[in-house]
Amino acid sequence: MRTWLYLLLVAVLLAAVIPMTGCGGNEANEPYKVGAIFATTGFNAPLGEPEQQTVNMMVEQINANGGINGHPIEVIAYNNESVAANCATLADKLINDDKVVAIIGPTGTGDSNAIVDTCDNAEIPLISCAAGISIITPTATNDKHWIFSTPQTTVMVVQRLYDYLNTQNISTVGIITDTAGFGADGKANLSAQASTYGITITSAQTYNTDDPGMETQLGIIRDSGAEAVICWGTNPGPAIVARNMVTLGMTIPLFCSHGIAFQSFIDLAGSAANGVIFPAGKLPIADNLTDADPQKTLLLKYRDDFNAKYGNGKANTFGGHAYDALSIVVKALENAVQESPKTINSNDDTLKAVRAKIRDYIEGNINSIGFPATGGFPGTGGVFNMSADNHNGLSKDCLVMVQIVNKKWTRLQ
Amino acid sequence: MLAILKRNKWSYLAMVAFLFLLILLPSQWFLGQKTFLLTLIGINTMVTVGLCLLMGYTGQVSLGQAAFFGIGAYFSAILSTRYDVNPWLAMLIAAMVTGAFAYVIGYPIFRLRGNYLAMATLGLGIIVWIMFKELSQYTGGPDGLGGIPNLSIGGFAFDSNLKRYFMVWFFCVCVLLISQNIVRSRTGRALRAIHSSEAAAESVGINIAQFKVKIFVLSAVFASLAGSLYAHHTHAISPSSFDFLGSVMILVMAVVGGLASIWGAIFGAATIQYLKSEILVQLGNNDVIVYGLLLMLVMIFMPKGLFVSLRDVYNGWRQRRSQRGVVT
Amino acid sequence: MTTDLFVQSLTSGLTQGCIYALIGLGFTIIFSVTGIINFAQGDFVMLGGMLSFFLAKSAGLSLLPALLLSILIATLIGAVLYLLAIRTARRASVVSLIIITIGAAIFIRGIAGRIWGANPVAPPFFTGDSPLSILGASIQPQALWIIGTTLVATIVLHLFFSYTMMGKALKACAMNRTAATFVGINPRMMALIAFAMAAALGALGGVIIAPLSTTSYNVGAMLGLKGFVAASVGGFRSQIVTVIGGIMLGLVESLAVALNWGPFTSAYKEAIALVVLLLILLIRSRKLSEEERAG
Repeated sequence: MRTWLYLLLVAVLLAAVIPMTGCGGNEANEPYKVGAIFATTGFNAPLGEPEQQTVNMMVEQINANGGINGHPIEVIAYNNESVAANCATLADKLINDDKVVAIIGPTGTGDSNAIVDTCDNAEIPLISCAAGISIITPTATNDKHWIFSTPQTTVMVVQRLYDYLNTQNISTVGIITDTAGFGADGKANLSAQASTYGITITSAQTYNTDDPGMETQLGIIRDSGAEAVICWGTNPGPAIVARNMVTLGMTIPLFCSHGIAFQSFIDLAGSAANGVIFPAGKLPIADNLTDADPQKTLLLKYRDDFNAKYGNGKANTFGGHAYDALSIVVKALENAVQESPKTINSNDDTLKAVRAKIRDYIEGNINSIGFPATGGFPGTGGVFNMSADNHNGLSKDCLVMVQIVNKKWTRLQ
Repeated sequence: MLAILKRNKWSYLAMVAFLFLLILLPSQWFLGQKTFLLTLIGINTMVTVGLCLLMGYTGQVSLGQAAFFGIGAYFSAILSTRYDVNPWLAMLIAAMVTGAFAYVIGYPIFRLRGNYLAMATLGLGIIVWIMFKELSQYTGGPDGLGGIPNLSIGGFAFDSNLKRYFMVWFFCVCVLLISQNIVRSRTGRALRAIHSSEAAAESVGINIAQFKVKIFVLSAVFASLAGSLYAHHTHAISPSSFDFLGSVMILVMAVVGGLASIWGAIFGAATIQYLKSEILVQLGNNDVIVYGLLLMLVMIFMPKGLFVSLRDVYNGWRQRRSQRGVVT
Repeated sequence: MTTDLFVQSLTSGLTQGCIYALIGLGFTIIFSVTGIINFAQGDFVMLGGMLSFFLAKSAGLSLLPALLLSILIATLIGAVLYLLAIRTARRASVVSLIIITIGAAIFIRGIAGRIWGANPVAPPFFTGDSPLSILGASIQPQALWIIGTTLVATIVLHLFFSYTMMGKALKACAMNRTAATFVGINPRMMALIAFAMAAALGALGGVIIAPLSTTSYNVGAMLGLKGFVAASVGGFRSQIVTVIGGIMLGLVESLAVALNWGPFTSAYKEAIALVVLLLILLIRSRKLSEEERAG
């Protein structure tokens, strides 16, 4: 008897579900549909939130300026709540239900790795906004033919930092890293690259994202005789590290990762922020760039537009990764896709072909061949030079060394 | 074991109808687009059934089931990617390890009751999650592991959503039948005796501790199995799926389905997974707010689970209707 | 480990432990009076800190009014939580109540994230940030505020529960709810007060630690867990033991870091807390079952 009732209920549930599967908009001017997965809640939210905001802003601007070849663009964005496994469900939705032409994001490396196989099997381009090099590195089961990423990889950032340390003759460092994904990635790369640059890590300490104080860890680093401290993590950790170092009276220099390229770092650390040096994309020091720099105009526009829309000082490099990802897809749609959204949205074979065209365009034209005047495709992270065996297109030269002086970002190198 | 055959013909019909439904669901004219979701529902049903058995029939709360789910997933993932172990063998090993683990911690933990037991399982779940995050040499750390291969039999690989749907539901139906069996057998009667009164149960010679641990181990093994299938379905796992909120979701699925019912587990799993994939995703970053609100509302107004509460409402309406007929 | 480092880790541990103690007290009060574990306790701490920052910044309030108002608002939210979510649930089971408070925690966290965004913020220090030197360790003045406030709060609570009518009524409810009704105590009113008090305590903890540790919408989860462990040390009944438990937890965590044993990363600090929790529970379970067999 009970079983019958259950079956009845399941049937009712299904009846509610089925109508949902057939909805489609009958707009006069159908949009190009691009998918996005960002972590706007959970531990990756400080990175995912600006990414989502950037995309919202860009969609408004593009559509206000007539869209892409006369057609509007729609970005269908989902929140994976910083849970990697959710990305699999969301990607499946975007690919099969929403039938998007490409997917940008996700925010985190673990999040991205969760869907590289899905996207490869579905033959849809994925332009990740995460920095792990594992995302685009080919493996035995996945040649990453369809996978791209826009942030400078953690490897590059560490190399840029170590380059700088070499120029300053600093050879012993103590590192203090966040135990979450971003920091763990940093720690792995700092350790791996150290010997190549002749750097010795005298002490490797860790802290949890919400720890209130790192005095103990810093005390250990101080006692280990390091010449400098490297802190790898996103806010608030590095700000607390900076303050603790002042409390302890430590005068050795503090280097951080690009995770502090937010105004909020300076707000949190206060005067302790002065003197901190970190590698980053050019956004924080966009004002200091020469006019010949192909990135200058777009960096200033992005920063000013973002700050105008979301609040002063909010623009940051992580939102910039989403800017680059969407820009690349938009360029592909503009230049390589002649099919109208109506055709794409109604015909699965066309959809498949368009996805392939976008992928081919990105690999073949987001570089100095497609954009010879600027030596590559300029974005916020750098000038991109994609190729068949480089699906990131950036190098450590896209990064600059920034120092905080008088609570403002100034360029060092 | 023969308890299955002791059913009446309605149960048989219901079973056949259910299997028919299962086969029809993923077809193009029905819910083919949602095959990924349907497979996830199957996986979650397996975990939920274990918890339903544990909570419904022994009255013991577990706030750490995601740990077993995760152990199953990680063992399958690690063994099949880093050590080239046959995925089926890995799944078996995972289940055995998880079962052994549950056995070892079961005895000490089940001396606790009520809130204290809940706390202990909570603590355990989080410790296991921390291990997933920190033993990065094996588990890949906070970013997790990717590139998990598909399960395959001989040359036939379960490489599409559809193929995995059938494989997962095959396991799920087996799990449901086993559970059904247990409930109707001597063990089941013993469990229900324990649930209603432990003292009475003890007085007729039932070894309470042993039963509780047995069911705990079973729920752990089901969860491990589900975890392994999960790993081979999503091809990448990370610790964030197996944290406290993960255990909470399993608990919610069990409660929504109604704790004392095996088949209700399907309903609970389906409702929550559907909610997550279809409704909450449309809400952007308001999804957390709505989820929290729903949890509160459902537990306040429908504490016996959506299904049982709806049935109560229905029965109540019927009763009032017949009463109205009497007063003329 | 040098002496300086040892003393440094002691002061850090003590400071942190005090916060755990305050949160633990919140758990203890609610559990002893109502039998409910309030999974949203950590989020009251979050609310205290976040509110104090935004009241001070956006509303331009000066320090003391901002702090008091934050605690007041959090207390109201705690009361509302009880009235709307818990009391309406009537005779709900343990599982239901657990899920309700978890749902409340998620809900509060979500709203906070929506209103205030994901970025961490830090309210201003009470008395500046020039470090003081005590026994070779550098300590922030804010840390002294934390330790001092915890001490005062513990004493005030003890006096309240021992010498005031209300406090004794709450204690009576904690000892035996049914018997308390016989002497005219309304357990539902007591429950409301317990929730309000716990929210106030949590928010107090939040406002004093936020300047030091910074705060954001999701700090509640981990803080709640630590406070939970502290409360379990006290058996969810004894306030003094809860405070001691919290402080000990903070010290153990800090010393574990100071020992600097290679494979031990900070993430294991939580594992320590939980192992402590499990041990405590297991020890108590023996005591509980002995009592049961005897009685």
